[in-house]
Amino acid sequence: MLTRLALMRRGSLAGNYLRLLGIALAAAMFLPGLGQAGHDEFLRTTAEAGVPGGRLVISLRAEPKTLNPVLAMDEFSRDVIRCLNADLIHINRGSQGVEPALAKSWKISADGRHYTLQLRRGLRFSDGHPVSADDVLFSFQVYLDEKINSSQRDLLIIGGQPIHLEKLDANSVRFDLAQPYAAAERIFDSVMIVPRHLLQSAYGEGKFSQAWGLNAAPNELAGLGPFRLKEYVPGQRMILERNPYFWKEDRKGTRLPYLHELQFLFVPNQDAQVIRFQAGDTDVLDRISADNYEVLERDQKQRGLRLQDLGPGLEYNFLFFNLNNLSAKSLPSVSRKQAWFGDVRFRQAVSSAIDREGIARLVYKGRARPLWGPVTPGNRLWLNPAIPQLPRSLSRARELLKSAGFSWNSNGSLMDARGQAVEFTMIASSSNAERLKMAAIIQDDLKGLGISVQVVPLEYRALVDRVFKTFDYDACILRIASGDADPNSDMNVWVSNGSTHLWNLGQSHPSTPWEARIDALMAQQATTLKYQVRKRIYDEVQKIVAENLPIIFLASGNILVGAKEAIGNFQPAILDPYTIWNIDELYIRPSVQARKANGWTP
Amino acid sequence: MNRRFYFRFGLLLLALFHGVVLCAGFFAPYDFSAQNREAPFARPTQVHFLDARGHFHLRPFVYRCLDGSASCETERSQACPIRFLASTVPDRLGGNSSWHFFRVDSPGQMFLMGTDSLGRDQFSRFLYGGRITLLAGWLAASLSLVLGAFIGSIAGFYGKAWDQVLMRGSELFLALPWLYLLFAVRAFLPLQITPAKAFLLVVAVIGFVGWARPARLVRGVVLSAKERNYVLAARGFGASEFYLLRRHILPQVFGLLLTQAALLVPQFVLAEVTLSFLGLGVGEPAPSWGNLLASLQQYHVLASYWWMYLPALALIPLFMGYQLLADALQERTKVVVV
Repeated sequence: MLTRLALMRRGSLAGNYLRLLGIALAAAMFLPGLGQAGHDEFLRTTAEAGVPGGRLVISLRAEPKTLNPVLAMDEFSRDVIRCLNADLIHINRGSQGVEPALAKSWKISADGRHYTLQLRRGLRFSDGHPVSADDVLFSFQVYLDEKINSSQRDLLIIGGQPIHLEKLDANSVRFDLAQPYAAAERIFDSVMIVPRHLLQSAYGEGKFSQAWGLNAAPNELAGLGPFRLKEYVPGQRMILERNPYFWKEDRKGTRLPYLHELQFLFVPNQDAQVIRFQAGDTDVLDRISADNYEVLERDQKQRGLRLQDLGPGLEYNFLFFNLNNLSAKSLPSVSRKQAWFGDVRFRQAVSSAIDREGIARLVYKGRARPLWGPVTPGNRLWLNPAIPQLPRSLSRARELLKSAGFSWNSNGSLMDARGQAVEFTMIASSSNAERLKMAAIIQDDLKGLGISVQVVPLEYRALVDRVFKTFDYDACILRIASGDADPNSDMNVWVSNGSTHLWNLGQSHPSTPWEARIDALMAQQATTLKYQVRKRIYDEVQKIVAENLPIIFLASGNILVGAKEAIGNFQPAILDPYTIWNIDELYIRPSVQARKANGWTP
Repeated sequence: MNRRFYFRFGLLLLALFHGVVLCAGFFAPYDFSAQNREAPFARPTQVHFLDARGHFHLRPFVYRCLDGSASCETERSQACPIRFLASTVPDRLGGNSSWHFFRVDSPGQMFLMGTDSLGRDQFSRFLYGGRITLLAGWLAASLSLVLGAFIGSIAGFYGKAWDQVLMRGSELFLALPWLYLLFAVRAFLPLQITPAKAFLLVVAVIGFVGWARPARLVRGVVLSAKERNYVLAARGFGASEFYLLRRHILPQVFGLLLTQAALLVPQFVLAEVTLSFLGLGVGEPAPSWGNLLASLQQYHVLASYWWMYLPALALIPLFMGYQLLADALQERTKVVVV
């Protein structure tokens, strides 16, 4: 699984500066709220003050699999869980900086290995039960439990050792790391604090993995998020209601969230989502394809919709060849082709033949940026601008192939040194129209080099099975959506033993010198606290990747979102969850029209 | 208008359709896989006879497309005449036949049915796709007719246990919802196959499913024919069973098979269209009519580009032609059988 931790903010990594920033942020955001809130230490937000009431309807492409934040793996479960739970320190998706959440302040030791977090006073779970440091200890114990096998566990292992927690008093906890961690307090993001009083018995009995499934009754669940579960109708919808104990208030002192109800509708595919949104059945829509965006944009004014193109996001589409060690598998047809795939000049030639501008124009209607390296233009903080952006050139591709010993026969087909025709299959997910279109473009581009490519659309799970288990494929088009701008989020893609080191999985030691170099650089940046130094290191990683092309980068689509005009404080971000990251601040403008449209009740 | 007229009209329609599709290389102005990346979803090109000043030109012409996109503006100043029966000068869009029915002088482009998402000429794809779809229909129909004739004549001629087993089997096939059966069969077969194999698989799947109806009809005809006096007489003179079947019985079935063919071909064409529409037919970039229509599954295509429906409209005259032919053939065979 891809890591989704830690975002970066400019210059925020210098050790001392970091410490100061944490305290200053906490002070700036929290202290003014103290006066009104008495003993309860509410977090006061700075967003525009809204009007309480109303209901927001969002469509989900699939039902969540669980409501247990520790076990959730899929994006749909996480979308819901984010509304039901809260973390200690949170990454603000809008500013990409960290902000205090359940922890009102924190201190980092000079060596960067010890974090002391102070919990807000007066915190209560959505069932009214007070929160204490024991809940924090319990939550981390569960996340770190090997038997529970949480997908976030890897992120909490620093320098090969799990984070160690110590309760200092009822409201403060110290976290000890084995070594300094570059992404610092961002590690706490999305590690949800769960109620010990409701889950401890299940955990003790070894039944934690069954706890908080979809069949759980609303009163069995409690969290610290802005909403709590009200009703779940399998196959249709999940309704959340406002959590009256939520710990944020707006600048006028009104307790958040504004919305009384949040409804997730289960809609089977993106086209259906778009139709429901266009018809006004749902209020917010994200991950819109460029094609559908164009349809929605056309009559957005009449329908009272507001569509936004947020520019390039963090996800990237790419083509890669199967460079796995196949000695243990009997796949002679793939092994034979690995002689071509393994030659960097072959990969460079393929890269040189691909019309990235064409992909951005045809697949994304121009709402995308062509890519030559692993960091997208959306990630300004870490992008290496020195990566050469070579335009499409068939003549350069031919030169490269010639120098690698390839030749062309009388029909114009490319032949390798042994006189065999160069042809391979390219797998892509059959459910993703965008990547299938990319495949068709690449197929046509490579035809210009005399390479015959056969595109094979596969059902997504079958594709994942081939890429990760059987290794029975030649080339594949895939997308990685970094949940995060920080280099650490892609750690498992670049290090040679990473779980998503797609082109050559399960290496015990790096199979090429450049992979060894990347391993060393990635390890180095993970423990370097200075942004400038880290940036230099990561720039080199990007350069090595762009030169050796284990992955041939294609394009990064813009993040396209939409919402009804009546929704206030709508501030979509390029980080997941794009539209509802500030769900607690969203409100429905109480115009007559909006009241009608949303069943608004004061 | 009499029956003969319908028959001739149907035949003419089919001959035209099949002729054009068969000579796709000649009639299609472009190669089916040639991508024109500047013109995704371009509207069908307008053909003009009158120029901007209102002057009539005997030779039709098109205006050069500026940006080529769906909202293509035409540049009135540059008219590109359409040349009929012209040879291709190798250009960006290629073309695999040196002679074409029509072509437009560069830089003009002519997309009679618009272009798809990759800027490929829909008209050319329709013609080349027709080759695959019609061939699939014909092959599958032949397969199921041969199977049906074989099984039906065995069941009718030998009767008894043969008849029981074969006819109960055919009832089973008739009772099965064939579309779902096709899905199931196709899903069991490997996905990763070359377009040629995929094509043969589709043909085989459709053909093997469709034998039951012709088999039952053939059985009925064989059953009545074998009791006729001249057959009994031939048998009395010591004719072998194979001789009886070949010489006296199967000729009776011929007319019936012809009618069935006229009914089955469009049915199997539709089956191929359905399978390809759902992504189970011939793979990209090879076109088939189902593939062409598959893009209509996407909402934005459905909502924005009306010319993507054209391949579906073009199916109507084809099916009408087959229906007229089947009607006329049925009338004729009645005469023969009775």
